Amino acid sequence: MIAFLIKRLMHAILVMFVISVLAFAIQDNLGDPVQQMVGQSVPESEREAIRERLGLNDPFLVQYVRFAKNAVQGDFGYSYFYREPALEVIARHLPATLELVFAATLIIVLLSVPIGVYSAIKPRSPISRFFMGASIIGISIPVFLTAIVLIQIFSIGITVSLFPEGTAWGAWLNGLLSTEGNMPSFGRGYDLVHVVGHWDTNLVTWNGLQHLVLPAVSLASIMLPLFIRLIRAEMMEVLQSEYVKYARAKGISMRRVYFVHALKNTMLPVITVGGVQIGTMVAYTILTETVFQWPGMGLMFLDAINHADIPLIVTYLMIVGVIFVVTNTIVDLIYGFVNPTVKLTGKPA
Amino acid sequence: MTTSTTSTAPSRWERLRDSFLWYSFKRDRTAQLCLAVFICLVIAAFSAPLLAPTDPYDLAQIDILASELPPFWIDGADEMYTLGTDAQGRDLLSIILYGTRVSLLIGFGAVALQALLGVTFGLMAGYLGGRVDAFLMRLADIQLSFSTLMVAIVVGAVVKATMGSAFYSQYAVLMLILIIGLAEWPQYARTVRASVLAEKNKEYVDAARVMGLRSRRIMFRHVLPNTLSPIFVISTVQIANAIISEAALSFLGLGMPETHPSLGSLIKAGFDYIQSGSWWITLIPGAVLVVLVLSINLLGDWLRDVMNPRLYKG
Amino acid sequence: MALLEVSHLDVRFALRQGEVRALRDVNFTLERGERLGIVGESGAGKSVAAFSLLNLIAKPGFIAGGSIKFEGKELNSMSERGLRKVRGNRISMIFQDPMMTLNPVLSIGEQMVECLKAHRRISTKEARAIALDKLRQVQIPSPEKRLDQYPHELSGGMRQRIIIAIALLLDPDIIIADEPTTALDVTIQAEIMALLLELCEQHNVGLILITHDLGVVSQVTQRMLVMYAGRVIEQGPSREIINDPQHPYTQGLINALPQMATPGEKLNQIRGSMPSLSNLPSGCAFHPRCDFINRADGQPRPACTQQVPDFVESGNCRVACHMVAEMLEDRRLKEETL
Repeated sequence: MIAFLIKRLMHAILVMFVISVLAFAIQDNLGDPVQQMVGQSVPESEREAIRERLGLNDPFLVQYVRFAKNAVQGDFGYSYFYREPALEVIARHLPATLELVFAATLIIVLLSVPIGVYSAIKPRSPISRFFMGASIIGISIPVFLTAIVLIQIFSIGITVSLFPEGTAWGAWLNGLLSTEGNMPSFGRGYDLVHVVGHWDTNLVTWNGLQHLVLPAVSLASIMLPLFIRLIRAEMMEVLQSEYVKYARAKGISMRRVYFVHALKNTMLPVITVGGVQIGTMVAYTILTETVFQWPGMGLMFLDAINHADIPLIVTYLMIVGVIFVVTNTIVDLIYGFVNPTVKLTGKPA
Repeated sequence: MTTSTTSTAPSRWERLRDSFLWYSFKRDRTAQLCLAVFICLVIAAFSAPLLAPTDPYDLAQIDILASELPPFWIDGADEMYTLGTDAQGRDLLSIILYGTRVSLLIGFGAVALQALLGVTFGLMAGYLGGRVDAFLMRLADIQLSFSTLMVAIVVGAVVKATMGSAFYSQYAVLMLILIIGLAEWPQYARTVRASVLAEKNKEYVDAARVMGLRSRRIMFRHVLPNTLSPIFVISTVQIANAIISEAALSFLGLGMPETHPSLGSLIKAGFDYIQSGSWWITLIPGAVLVVLVLSINLLGDWLRDVMNPRLYKG
Repeated sequence: MALLEVSHLDVRFALRQGEVRALRDVNFTLERGERLGIVGESGAGKSVAAFSLLNLIAKPGFIAGGSIKFEGKELNSMSERGLRKVRGNRISMIFQDPMMTLNPVLSIGEQMVECLKAHRRISTKEARAIALDKLRQVQIPSPEKRLDQYPHELSGGMRQRIIIAIALLLDPDIIIADEPTTALDVTIQAEIMALLLELCEQHNVGLILITHDLGVVSQVTQRMLVMYAGRVIEQGPSREIINDPQHPYTQGLINALPQMATPGEKLNQIRGSMPSLSNLPSGCAFHPRCDFINRADGQPRPACTQQVPDFVESGNCRVACHMVAEMLEDRRLKEETL
């Protein structure tokens, strides 16, 4: 077990190293940071001096070694734009994104399991067909569009007047389908509760939760159809297996057959595939945070790109790489815990 | 029909007609509908210069006073502008047609590039094995783990900075094809590699090698044709993904500029006006995007069902 | 009244190309403690017969007709709830491959205890005690350890013993064993079969043994059915059928045994193969492969290609064969004239 964790740690360090080298290699092509820092009006000679002082004219290897030495001590460089340590900037923005991802994951898990299982048990029922159809449509709508539609419906409100207003039933239907739209759709709100360090949470106040809902649902909408289809496909396959047939032959109740025999086997591949997807969800926060102006890492990264804020970009990529390795490790641990045929070295027993 | 006494191999058209593919297609209403919708959109988009009532790029035709007019089914609409106008007074119908054309161009182009790169690398990795395989697959893994969106953003930023903003905007279509193509090749590479590994052990490969054919020839002339089926299947999904990726990049401001917009840029531009009630500027291009991608996805689903061995689905 | 009475059982599959009859007119009985063998090639319908008894046929299969009476109660028309009380409790099943049958993510103990708790109101502790007892009966070493182990940690032979133990957990009246030793190593097959036989005799449990192994049938069962293309074509006391098979198919099966071959010569084979159920020949399903299709005078018997043979009683056995029917008829006529 310890060996496994150490192996993962090494992997994380390797990933950070590779990314930092790549990021460093392209930094010259990401724009002129000096220009971003001081603007057009500063004469060229001054800018040259600044460049010299920052060590931007040194050969690649020298710059990289400097960076690596500092990184090992926890100094990842100064963000050009924010004028503070890059790691600080990221630490400030990280909790917002993590809460968003957490909320989205919660929604996905709570919804996809019942819907997926139900669609597998009763594949022909109208409810199942509805969800399967909705899933395909869901995959076809990019996340930012889902976000915009949600904003329109729940934040701005729509008034439906399809049905004749003059009649009672028409007016009622119109009223039913129209929405007031007063869900917040901008930022994290004012009612955040400070927890520790940089972590202010949305999760414990009503206003905070209100601000969290629309962004979290948007983010969840990318993965939800995937998970529903995955769980349904796996469950349908499991239900055809010999051990399910045998459980029935033993006279076990169908409820136990579905939720003990079948579900556990279904969730194993779902954990593996799904876990990895959750890791990539971090990338999609960029789009969601842009729409909702959610002050998380995604928005920060976009700004950094536009400002050619190289230290921040490099640090961000490295952190994302680490997050990815950590997520994979957690998923592997969970999988090893749930699946008795696998020992945690990763080799089958 | 003339009957001949000599037997000739059936023409490609006849083979298609008799194939299982055509048979399934004829029986599946959804697939037919999707193909019809898709073809309509493609034709409409590529004949934009002919179909569009106005030319949205011609500054002389834009009337700023006619800005933010709603589509025809809402009060206050002007019947000259069927789907309404955007904030600058450009006709939404025209701009959507042109925008769809851009989206489709980039979608197809990017997939062509991905396929070219991915198939080549996949063949190399699968057939040559060893270090080549390990290196390529490591690279693919790292790229995949960062998700195509982020890779595209970074590659886009690098290209933009290297070539300059102006150059980028001018050749945006090509740039985007390049970016998305580079970002998504691992999908093709992986699929092809898996097929190659399966085929590599079959006897016809040994036979070809014994005959003294060079690796390259064996790879492309012998192994590749047998791996085509999965390539077709993922191609439809990849086209849909490429269109969505381009839309996402444009939405973030890293893709098509506003002067030469794609559906994604239109959605972005329109988003600013949604609070003031002009929802059509952003939602109608959005709807077109969804219909386009949905029809491609449904076709892809159908294709996948047809090309894989049929399992009885209970 | 027999413990189990199956009459005119008719099972069909509703496939895309039409309905296929997997079982036609199957009849047999089983007394308490009796052991019956069901023999036939793959696809003959043996497993379908077994699964249909407990209504476990998966869609698109369904029981189209006939009756299955257990202790006088009709199983065919029982609700799912009623059937669940019978399954595992009064009638248990043993499947073919123990690795596929046991759920890989649940421990042995869990899979045994759940069976007990599904049918009796007992505590987990009591259930574990009963489970341990049964594990000892199937001669598994260190049974306490096994309860907490998982299927992949045990050998094939041990897994099948556990399956037998599970089958005996609730002291059933009948065990249906579908090819219980086919998936095991040859060396353990005999052991497992002997164990099963011993336990059935000890507890007076009825056994329906489905197999394609004629040797096992002759040693273990008292009566047997021979199935072909969904029908029973010969049934009666096992010893008699094995020693003196009357249906040409059964004769072919016996002759095909390696023991029956002459050393140095080719093994005997029945030419051709069993037809697919959706494409049965007319008349007697076996006629394309039958060597006795011609009468004594050399002319082909029309009934063989036109009419599905009915059962005729021949000694203690029942045979569905036109040739046998003809032979018996001839003999009867001869006896009458004497």
